[in-house]
Amino acid sequence: MNILVCISNVPDTTSKISFTNDKTTFNTTGIQYIVNPYDEIALSKAIGLAEGGQGTVTVINVGESSTEPTIRKALATGADEAVRINAAPRDAWFVAHQIAAYAKDKNFDLILTGRESIDYNGSQVAAFVGELLGIPSVATAKKIDIANHTATVEREIEGGKEVLSIPLPLIAGTAEGVAEPRIPNMRGIMTARTKPLAVIDAIDVPVLANVVKYEIPEPRGAVTLVEASEVEKLVDLLHNKARVI
Amino acid sequence: MSVLVYAENTDGKFKKSVHEVISYAKAVADDLNTSLTAISIGDVASDELNTLGNYGASKVLDVSSEQLKKFINQAYASVIAAAANELDASLVVISNSFSGKGLAPRIAAKLEAGLAAGAVELPNVDGDKLTVKKTAFSGKAFAIVELSSAKKVIALNPNAFEVRETGGSAQVEAFNPEISGNDLATVIQDIVRATDKVTLPDAEIVVSAGRGLKGPENWHIVEELAEVLGAAMACSKPVSDAGWRPHSEHVGQTGIAVSPNLYIAIGISGAIQHLAGVSSSKTIVVINKDPEAPFFKVADYGIVGDAFEVVPKLTAAIKAYKGN
Ligand SMILES: Cc1cc2nc3c(=O)[nH]c(=O)nc-3n(C[C@H](O)[C@H](O)[C@H](O)COP(=O)(O)OP(=O)(O)OC[C@H]3O[C@@H](n4cnc5c(N)ncnc54)[C@H](O)[C@@H]3O)c2cc1C
Ligand SMILES: Nc1ncnc2c1ncn2[C@@H]1O[C@H](COP(=O)(O)O)[C@@H](O)[C@H]1O
Repeated sequence: MNILVCISNVPDTTSKISFTNDKTTFNTTGIQYIVNPYDEIALSKAIGLAEGGQGTVTVINVGESSTEPTIRKALATGADEAVRINAAPRDAWFVAHQIAAYAKDKNFDLILTGRESIDYNGSQVAAFVGELLGIPSVATAKKIDIANHTATVEREIEGGKEVLSIPLPLIAGTAEGVAEPRIPNMRGIMTARTKPLAVIDAIDVPVLANVVKYEIPEPRGAVTLVEASEVEKLVDLLHNKARVI
Repeated sequence: MSVLVYAENTDGKFKKSVHEVISYAKAVADDLNTSLTAISIGDVASDELNTLGNYGASKVLDVSSEQLKKFINQAYASVIAAAANELDASLVVISNSFSGKGLAPRIAAKLEAGLAAGAVELPNVDGDKLTVKKTAFSGKAFAIVELSSAKKVIALNPNAFEVRETGGSAQVEAFNPEISGNDLATVIQDIVRATDKVTLPDAEIVVSAGRGLKGPENWHIVEELAEVLGAAMACSKPVSDAGWRPHSEHVGQTGIAVSPNLYIAIGISGAIQHLAGVSSSKTIVVINKDPEAPFFKVADYGIVGDAFEVVPKLTAAIKAYKGN
């Protein structure tokens, strides 16, 4: 089984977010980059499925050369080969076109993404790619089993789950529960350096949605503390002042 | 030209998040001087379809064919895009629910429409352009997105827009576009849904607890508080990682993002990753025994105290107040 895993290079979760150039540009000063946490789940699932000669795992990233440490980390975790589409990932529409253009004639049985990227978090790439390739997509998968070229997928829904049966090829966005995240071991780190990493030019994609500016949420006022012995006072504040109960 | 809104049903009923998205779409339609049509797919009784008029839909397209009784992402996207084309809709609005996340990009791709997913406010209308504010960086920021394509799609976050009742009524019409076999590859084997519980993403009140609770056996105090408030339950990441609570309750940067009217955090320290997913809550209450817990810095109300004493007392006080 040939699996493609889409890897996004995102700011570490501890990052404080700020912007420069009149709030138009993300301020990368002091930011550490990581593999998007949901993509680690996707990658770990793919490696598990391919283990023991059952298939190959290719990772793809749309990014400039600065993302290569993140791609190498994916190779160290256990992917067989990597592809970098050489372009700044403008938005999900752009990224999805690059991934679809690459995957179009490669006959991947399964394409995995994270359920969302923690930077632009549109939860969009999987469904865009699915549409561009004309294959089924699942936005938020919490369990994936494969047998007889068919996937049994548990999809997250409000307050529960749906169990779906979908013939491959399929693209799915993975959430927690799909696989335990794997971390690179020493051997993985050593072999990652010699695994193939192809760099491919990006295709042109028309801009349909354009971020013109960013904003930071307004800070809250100071906290009003209530004594532990006076919970009634909190109830009163929530009812009469905040008007939320 | 018109606006089309997708009304997602849950077991044949429209939930509050649907009323929100229709109210939102109606407000945009008014700004664009056009009318609002809703589309419903699946098994919904005509009485229920009629209620959509009360939130601003003047027409409801009812797609009730046998093949589409249950949600099939690909087919539903095709049907909604077909309706948008038939109405020559310039804008499709949809709720950013779990199903909506799977639909919106596919609809946008079919219509070659710019997509703003995770919208939190009404768009600014400037000629043919719409400028929309949406969440980014897991709630740590907002992005202002300009949609300049001829057709546009907006996916509205739950709890971001207030329901507005118009008292209007809607005319229901059957709509039965052709569906290709390729769109029907997915088979729904089972749907498991707790129908008696408030669901987390669209709950108005969320009661959330962290490692301060010490173990799953103590969760009854959280459940009891949630119950008197009619709230959904949530937890911090270590709690679901440890298997004390299901992953579907994990909120934060790498969990579900919520923005209820009231978020009560019990025994949660307030790590940056946790705050990212909850800080857009309208009112935040923190109960923590450590006065230095970072969560107090972003809270509206706080109690410094032991959860095992404070929470049962708070539950009792709310019960007493509700009894009056
Ligand atoms: C990549 C990554 C992603 C992450 N994503 C998320 C995320 O999405 N969501 C998330 O929540 N976390 C996330 N985290 C984890 C985050 O960094 C924190 O570790 C986590 O939020 C802490 O959980 P907690 O507050 O429950 O536990 P702790 O930090 O251990 O805090 C427990 C709190 O309980 C209080 N307490 C103890 N006993 C009592 C008592 N009897 N009564 C009252 N208070 C008491 C303590 O004072 C303390 O403040 C992520 C971490 C990483 C590295
Ligand atoms: N630049 C990128 N390169 C490769 N994959 C990406 C990129 N951006 C996003 N993805 C994938 O798409 C998923 C969803 O991203 P998003 O639609 O931005 O929320 C991520 O979890 C990744 O798997």
